[in-house]
Amino acid sequence: MLDLLIGAGILFCAVKAMQENRLLVSALWLALTSALVSWMMYRVGAAEVAVVELSVGAGLVTVLFVFAINIAGDESLTRQSLVPRPLAWFAVVFSMGLLVWMIMPTLQSERMRAVLEQTGVLAGLFRSVLWEDRRVDTLMQVVLFFAGALAVLGLIGEQRKSHEESE
Amino acid sequence: MFYLPNIVLVVVLALLGIGIYCILISRNLIKVVVGLQIAVKGAFLALVLAGKLASQIDVGQSIALTVIVADTIVAVVALALAVQIRRKFGTLDVHALMSLRR
Repeated sequence: MLDLLIGAGILFCAVKAMQENRLLVSALWLALTSALVSWMMYRVGAAEVAVVELSVGAGLVTVLFVFAINIAGDESLTRQSLVPRPLAWFAVVFSMGLLVWMIMPTLQSERMRAVLEQTGVLAGLFRSVLWEDRRVDTLMQVVLFFAGALAVLGLIGEQRKSHEESE
Repeated sequence: MFYLPNIVLVVVLALLGIGIYCILISRNLIKVVVGLQIAVKGAFLALVLAGKLASQIDVGQSIALTVIVADTIVAVVALALAVQIRRKFGTLDVHALMSLRR
């Protein structure tokens, strides 16, 4: 029952984030979606990633959104979208239909129940998988962080330079 | 019917659908990033679920962590670009930006 409520809450918040015209309110709905997603991940059994999602998804990304909206301004655009809505609906329904067709074999309830009954996941294994088995991935994440930081610094630096030149 | 994996699977599909729809119909650049974030949340929820169903939750978690990191960097760079575009062209409207000539 709780899982159903969390799922419904996630979808409600995601729809509100999509529908809301004011960007700041939309970002707050997105943060709530993120928090509920992390709760659902905790329920699935992925506690470590749930914590990361809560801190990064609901915390850091929301701060970034608020910061960006503060600088760029809350420009509400209520005009017609570029893609006609029926075409957008068709694209979404078609892609979701393809996905359901692909994952249909995993929808067998008995198999899922049997898998969920296996509770032999060892504590502390996550660290060994992340740091020993997937070391390259972890290094790539560090490189990605630096690349992102450098990209933002480059963008901001260019802006400062043009300001100084204009003065 | 209401097992946790079934519920998560429905949430994953719905999040992906909502995200794609948001990207398609939004005219505001920052709203496009919001749509992308919603879709990616569905993607890493699916990764965690796949790990759980394959009894390899730790592998699922570590891949989901990689996706979260990549997604955060994408959001940072996209928002920085949106801010710069707003400063330079005075608008975040995708349609107006498409018709601009340099």
